[in-house]
Amino acid sequence: MSGVRAVFERELGAYLRSSIGYLIGAVVLLLDGLLFYAQALGPAAGERISGEVLAGFFLNASGLTAIAALVLSIRLIAEERQTGTHILLTTSPLRDWEIVLGKYFGALVFLTGITLLTLYMPLLIFVNGKVSLAQILVGYFGLILFGAANLAIGVFATAFARHQLVAAATGAVITATMFLLWPLSSVVDPPASRLFASLAIHGRHFSGFQAGLLHTRDVFYYLAVTYFFLLAAIKVMEAKRWE
Amino acid sequence: MVQLIDVGRHFGDHRALGPVSLEIPEGSTVGFLGLNGVGKTTLLRILACDLRPTRGQALVGGVDVLEDPHTVRKKVGYLPETPPLYHDMTVRDYLSFAGRIRGLDSGTLTRRIAEVEETTNITHKDGETIRHLSHGYKQRVGVAQALIHEPEILILDEPTNGLDPVQIREMRDLIRTLRRKHTILISSHILTEISETCDEILILNAGEIVASGSEHDLSGAVLRSTGMTLDVRFGPDRGNGEGAANEVLTLLRALPEVIDAEVGEREGDTVSYRLNGTEDVRAQVCRAVVEAGHDVVRLDKAARELERIFIELVGGGADA
Repeated sequence: MSGVRAVFERELGAYLRSSIGYLIGAVVLLLDGLLFYAQALGPAAGERISGEVLAGFFLNASGLTAIAALVLSIRLIAEERQTGTHILLTTSPLRDWEIVLGKYFGALVFLTGITLLTLYMPLLIFVNGKVSLAQILVGYFGLILFGAANLAIGVFATAFARHQLVAAATGAVITATMFLLWPLSSVVDPPASRLFASLAIHGRHFSGFQAGLLHTRDVFYYLAVTYFFLLAAIKVMEAKRWE
Repeated sequence: MVQLIDVGRHFGDHRALGPVSLEIPEGSTVGFLGLNGVGKTTLLRILACDLRPTRGQALVGGVDVLEDPHTVRKKVGYLPETPPLYHDMTVRDYLSFAGRIRGLDSGTLTRRIAEVEETTNITHKDGETIRHLSHGYKQRVGVAQALIHEPEILILDEPTNGLDPVQIREMRDLIRTLRRKHTILISSHILTEISETCDEILILNAGEIVASGSEHDLSGAVLRSTGMTLDVRFGPDRGNGEGAANEVLTLLRALPEVIDAEVGEREGDTVSYRLNGTEDVRAQVCRAVVEAGHDVVRLDKAARELERIFIELVGGGADA
């Protein structure tokens, strides 16, 4: 595990030293804040119960988290291939899984940090409305699981592609497809509708967290998506390491 | 020891290397010489476990690169043509990272960072961000990362690439200090770099090794003659004219071991001659000129012997 830790610390440090890390964080926080203002505090907000406002916040935050996860993950491996620094890793005794997991956890901790910086908004609802702390905690737990799954998709894309643009396109196509499965599930007949709904990355699996409901099924789904794409990324790394 | 048995590499239909067979004894410094694109980097990448050979067997310290690349990677320190540097890190943090991914514990890491910084003369750059270093220092940091885990085999691909003359000399001195502690494999298309740092030279052309041995061995095996340069100052009673110059030229051509001789540049009272002999006949030449009443100001084996060998082997179009 020392290899994972070394790569993890290097990646997290790279985000903290680079302007891109702060830029992504700033944009996500700004948009989260603006959307929260519009739906909860602004003149067009209207009269809404606090549970609804909280669910709306988590819905908006999930979309921004998905985009942030994709942007954060693109550079992880494809950028190193482009700059040639990947040779340091690939000619070292590090195992492929150590490289992939180290990079993944570095990005995940950074993404989680950005996500947790939005906490002041649900706390405002908590102070001024009627939501429980557990509701907020479950929502954040879901948000982090959702971000972890999207990040895993991005890591697979960046391991797969030689260039960052290709990685971005690959990641975006996979993520968008998994998003679209939810609306598609309502326009197709069973059993395809059930299959689409259960595979969709948003919709059924995130709605529980939005409402403060913790279902083992949803936790398992996001862990399974994360595991699948990380495993795929490791296999792609194995295949590409030896060219 | 490094051993290659019929190793080859294809990229699609293009044969980049081989089949190549060679043995490199432990502790030696070997230079891979060749024009750009003849397979030097391909060969080194195979030994660094960065590229899979498409045929043959490559053994590093007795371990097959295909069967156990993990073990081979522990034995090898590799500096690619472009050093794999994270420009956002400080020198110390970068070397620490390079050591940690090679499994060094914190105690060993602290010691090794100090040692490699001293060896590569970058101790005073320890806290600087790599982005702000000059090209020469970046190259040194690249060498330092390759040395951090005390590898048995050090692979340097074009280590003086892009360096200025002073930096080239410093890098050459650095490589000399590393000799004997490691088996060193260097690739270059700069002849003097190889000539001055390596015990053995392997010349590659079109993916194959066309000659190997020390510069002296190659000279005997490849060149049909030994080149020499002679500077003569004529005796006081002979003047400095054409007559004296031609007299010495006739004298030189009369020596049985001299194949041909010609007059070169004239500078003041000294005339240069270029000779080719069947062997190194500097002693005979010196004796003959002095006995004829002239002074020998300089008598060398021709410089750039390796260049002659190289051009003989890879063709006159060599740009090296």
